[in-house]
Amino acid sequence: MTDFTPTEMMTIAASRELSNDDVCFVGIGAPSAACNVARLTHAPDITLIYESGTVGTRPDVLPLSIGDGELCDTALFTVSVPEMFRYWLQGGRITTGFLGGAQIDKFANLNTTVVGPYDHPKVRLPGGGGAPEIASNCGRIFITMALSKRGFVEKLPFITSMGHGEGGDHRERLGMKTKGPTRIITDLCILEPDPTTKELTVVSIHDGVTREQIVDNCGWPIKFADQVIATPVPSEVELTTLRDINARTKKAHQGDREAA
Amino acid sequence: MAKIVTLAEAIGDNVRDGDTVAMEGFTHLIPYAAGHEVIRQGRKDLFLVRMTPDILYDQLIGVGAARGMKFSWGGNPGVGSLHRFRDAVENQWPRPLEIEEHSHAAMANAYEAGAANLPFAMLRGYIGADLPKVNANIKSVTCPFTSELLAAVPAIRPDVTIIHAQHADRKGNVLIEGIVGVQKEAVLAAKRSIVTVEEIVDELAPPSPNSVVLPSWAVTAVSHVPGGAFPSYAHGYYPRSNAFYIGWDDIARDRDSFSAWIKENVLDAGPEDFARHAGGKPAKAT
Repeated sequence: MTDFTPTEMMTIAASRELSNDDVCFVGIGAPSAACNVARLTHAPDITLIYESGTVGTRPDVLPLSIGDGELCDTALFTVSVPEMFRYWLQGGRITTGFLGGAQIDKFANLNTTVVGPYDHPKVRLPGGGGAPEIASNCGRIFITMALSKRGFVEKLPFITSMGHGEGGDHRERLGMKTKGPTRIITDLCILEPDPTTKELTVVSIHDGVTREQIVDNCGWPIKFADQVIATPVPSEVELTTLRDINARTKKAHQGDREAA
Repeated sequence: MAKIVTLAEAIGDNVRDGDTVAMEGFTHLIPYAAGHEVIRQGRKDLFLVRMTPDILYDQLIGVGAARGMKFSWGGNPGVGSLHRFRDAVENQWPRPLEIEEHSHAAMANAYEAGAANLPFAMLRGYIGADLPKVNANIKSVTCPFTSELLAAVPAIRPDVTIIHAQHADRKGNVLIEGIVGVQKEAVLAAKRSIVTVEEIVDELAPPSPNSVVLPSWAVTAVSHVPGGAFPSYAHGYYPRSNAFYIGWDDIARDRDSFSAWIKENVLDAGPEDFARHAGGKPAKAT
């Protein structure tokens, strides 16, 4: 199938990173779509966890918030928020955290807090929520966000959650035993940290995308791995699954006309 | 024993100018009707505590009721910014807002420490993050057994915690179901507490021996306010109005349209107006 958008490619490529064995802490937005496409295609037994306390949830429509009723209604069980963060996340039970972000740097640190100085921000963003501890306590981290110069920056104004810090063995030096970000899935390509320096490097390029496009949309001089592969295009099943859940979601979210 | 009173009495008796106030409910069961009553009664200089400020604190900040806020995620979930919160932080309108920002894990631990009557909470948190550089209330402790360095934050001890729940019995025992968030911890951490409920029933009848129940003797006041969590939701009663959350973006973006919305839907309205969202009959005004 050749007729798909860059965002659809991003979501589907992200979904392929997950398997049946994953216990995945799901961020809202793009990560949530990817995790549920995985569940509805190749990973039907994946355990999806949202920070509102819902464990093993199987939503029919994508939640707008991390605590929509749909998540609780379809969960195996629901715990309190302190239990979620203490026992399940800090307890080391989560294999994979799936995050999005407003800005990322070349060592996969994320900013969702402020643009400009913290005390007098130019733009006040929502903040970290669960991300600081998701980033350090999950076995590994996947990040999905569109590649753009605004989003992929040389230097972050604020580190909301640590990826590989200053690169190299920075995580180990701070006592962390988890892997941190291992794959960054964008709408143009997939990045991985270099095994030694931990600098993000292009390892897979989506169909129809050129190296120049990737360079032009990244805020730092981005490197390419020696072996760069072509991302397989979405299959008909993947694309149909994604479009169906997006259509159900749109209908559900705009369905309740009891608005302002 | 909890007193079963009108919402106006509950707020009037228990929320004072300058108080540290926690209104909790993690996306679910957010006490909107009670927050609106706080605005109507003109409470001011409040220090607001809440993990996810949501639209409710956008409203309290926008009317100038807050001097500060302690929080961990200040957005409109799935939609974008809280524009009144941003206007206060970026432009000091309608007044400057002191902020104390944490992560969810730290806030959840801090409520739990408050409920456990401990002075602080500790967690394996904030590693490599910048928040400890800008928040003097994030410190560290060394484990006396392993020497591991752990993050420490003060316990949350609100003057008053306000939550919404499914139902209470006539003695004021409260049942909470679904996404239970940090409501139990927030109530037990506070000096006083107010619970608004969808229904007051003869028998509490908790569905399981392990149900989340707040006994009457741990709650200060209970008020019957059907629909009181709208536009968030009450599991088993009515769904979240995602359309309202999406619509709020335009209302709150502009100071004038925000103020007009507050006048029409808060200042010139009452708790009984929430009942239409529950599809039921309003509680009696007195």
